Amino acid sequence: MQRFATKLTASFAAAAIVTIAMGADADVGDKYGAYKVEDRRSGFTYATKETQRIQVDDFENPAMIWVDDGEALWNKAEGEASKSCASCHNDAAESMKGVATVFPKYDPKLGRMKNVEKQINICRTERMKAKPWKLESNEMLAMTVYVRHQSRGMPMNVKVDGEVAPFFEAGKKFYYQRRGQLDLACGHCHVDNPGGQMRANILSQGQSNGFPTYRLKWQRVGSIHRRFRGCNKQVRAIPYKAGSEEYTNLELYVAWRGRGLPVETPAVRN
Amino acid sequence: MAKAKTRVKVPKSVKKGEVFEAKALIKHKMETGQRKDRKTGEKVPRFIINKFTAEYNGKQVFASDWHPAIAANPFISFHAKASESGTMVFKWTDDKGKTVEASAKVNVA
Repeated sequence: MQRFATKLTASFAAAAIVTIAMGADADVGDKYGAYKVEDRRSGFTYATKETQRIQVDDFENPAMIWVDDGEALWNKAEGEASKSCASCHNDAAESMKGVATVFPKYDPKLGRMKNVEKQINICRTERMKAKPWKLESNEMLAMTVYVRHQSRGMPMNVKVDGEVAPFFEAGKKFYYQRRGQLDLACGHCHVDNPGGQMRANILSQGQSNGFPTYRLKWQRVGSIHRRFRGCNKQVRAIPYKAGSEEYTNLELYVAWRGRGLPVETPAVRN
Repeated sequence: MAKAKTRVKVPKSVKKGEVFEAKALIKHKMETGQRKDRKTGEKVPRFIINKFTAEYNGKQVFASDWHPAIAANPFISFHAKASESGTMVFKWTDDKGKTVEASAKVNVA
């Protein structure tokens, strides 16, 4: 009899634990709202409340300065053709709406993928006859943020089939390939261990929907390629160049991983 | 510095004696003076905003001294009370002694 009672208590305890765990799970789903789609969670959900608050308030969000700068550049005529972005594309709020959700895109002329940065420089050199901007320069970041910002709230939706398929596969291969002295692939942290800790940092799923993002560590806005370089350095690998084909393919794969997540540009992260 | 971008915000109109929040942000790299140039190894000289003040109708209502630990693109908010309509003038002073101003109007109903 005593034995039976012990068993009963144990099973009650087990039931209680299950209930608590399920309760917590149900909470999680509601709490993240639009920042979670199926099992995909935006980096926003891993950020602290303080960081989230900075992002959500358009005044407090320091990256909005880059948006303002981008708007000024949009209307500024440059180059031999003395054209501005607005000369062809008119109002960015209309013409650039949804752009962030579909880039990187395949460019038949280049025979490879192009991201927003690449497209901006193609426009500058071919249409405006102006000098291309350096990647990670203030102008390039401002314009990229401004263009991607027009799609804020829209779900990420890159094309990965047809002619894009080989580039998507290359990006996927990069994502799961071990590299560097630490012998780690992107997936080891961002697929196997999101929510876990890497020293004092909480690992996220590594979603790209908020990029270019204002990182408090950088104290400025930075591109997804800068983030890739940082990750690669941390596993003691030699990073590729920003704007390289390898990173552009990876950008495509990462964008697909976050399909359905809302564009948050400009996001704020730690 | 003269071109430093600023953003300031106060409510357009407040009731007399009502406490309102004023917000101000400036684009500034806030160079701490602790960093070294990666190529030359030389110290990058300190260049920060060391003073921030706010005046309402010419009378100082807020003042603060800033130090190197303050982040780049500093954002500050403070609370104030107004008994008459006027202009809030925000002033940032940097290490070179230059001042940037921005202003916003408050309408007391």
